[in-house]
Amino acid sequence: MENLVDIFVRSIFIDNMIFAYFLGMCSYLAVSKTVKTSTGLGFAVIFVLGITVPVNYLIQNYILMEGALTWISPSLADVDLSFLSFILFIAVIASMVQLVEMVIEKFSPALYSSLGIFLPLIAVNCSILGGSLFMQEREYASIAEATSFGLGSGVGWFLAIVGIAAIREKIRYSNVPAPLRGLGITFIITGLMGIAFMSFMGIEL
Amino acid sequence: MSKEPLFSSKNLKLLQEPINKSNPITVQVLGICSALAITVKLEPSIVMALSVVAVMAISNVVISLMRSLIPPRIRIIVQLTVIAALVILVDEFLQAFAYDVSKQLSVFVGLIITNCIIMGRLEAFAMGNKPWPAFLDGIGNAAGYGIILIIVGFFRELLGSGELFGYPVFEKIGLYKTGYEDNGLMILPPMALIIVGVIIWVQRDKNRELVEEN
Repeated sequence: MENLVDIFVRSIFIDNMIFAYFLGMCSYLAVSKTVKTSTGLGFAVIFVLGITVPVNYLIQNYILMEGALTWISPSLADVDLSFLSFILFIAVIASMVQLVEMVIEKFSPALYSSLGIFLPLIAVNCSILGGSLFMQEREYASIAEATSFGLGSGVGWFLAIVGIAAIREKIRYSNVPAPLRGLGITFIITGLMGIAFMSFMGIEL
Repeated sequence: MSKEPLFSSKNLKLLQEPINKSNPITVQVLGICSALAITVKLEPSIVMALSVVAVMAISNVVISLMRSLIPPRIRIIVQLTVIAALVILVDEFLQAFAYDVSKQLSVFVGLIITNCIIMGRLEAFAMGNKPWPAFLDGIGNAAGYGIILIIVGFFRELLGSGELFGYPVFEKIGLYKTGYEDNGLMILPPMALIIVGVIIWVQRDKNRELVEEN
């Protein structure tokens, strides 16, 4: 249990998707103009990461890894399919996003209309594929750990995009040098926020 | 139909525009995701840039050849499959011939798949153009992306650890004896963002038409 909390907190603050790995920067820069829309996108990312990471964890451990196929028959013990992981992961993500979209549309039209166009966009958000690839690289011991990593990364991404959106709403009233307006200043602010987040690094969990 | 020369001015423009005026990173804002984390040193930046050039040029040509065969409804999946297959090739190639760099790049080679420049160019250009212009467009955009990576990698390695390709430049010219110290901040991830911010600043100062509204 302690371990799960550890992974969760670590993936929010220390290994933050945006500030430490720059994943999901495209939508982060494009959709962070207002707090309202970025909150919607942030929730959608938490949701999709929380689902795709555990699903890909199962795929990794029961299909792709060396010796993972022994549950079918022991003769498959030395089959190593891990070179297929990119294609399978992206296929899982694309279809999960589609599935999640349909389920939400059916059961919660209100949530669906608030997430709206963001859901399909998420399939090509690098933080989602990145989450699965980091899960593969770090070799989490159980599906619970993988889930808590997925959710934590989502929450970290959410905090980052809501933070930058709030700053960008305010910065509209400031006198930024002309060539730096828009994209330039957003990059620099993100860098400064990243430095601020680095202060969490010393935390021993 | 008259035959166009291979490097007509129109085709050359495809190659040159993305390097400056419509640079994928600083102007189109595509493909930043997988770009910045690997620029701590110059060598991985160059390997990454070359990988993207390869994936992008080939996938543009492949999609352009298939453009009349792909049903519009499933084009995204077809595009993703083509890209993913090429990225697997690049990844296996790096693991075989440049293992150290491949370890440093870790998941970021895989993330070329979701690199939005590639999808963006396939969708915007390769789906509607012949293979040769598509090839040039791919090379041009990937080069525009690569140049930014290499600039960022150059400054971060030089200022952060005083080396270039692992060769201790500052030590050889005796800079440390004058009391100079490496700027440890440069190695940390946030500095990549700030350097890109500064590149954007310089570029827009030179090309005033790119300046945005606040």
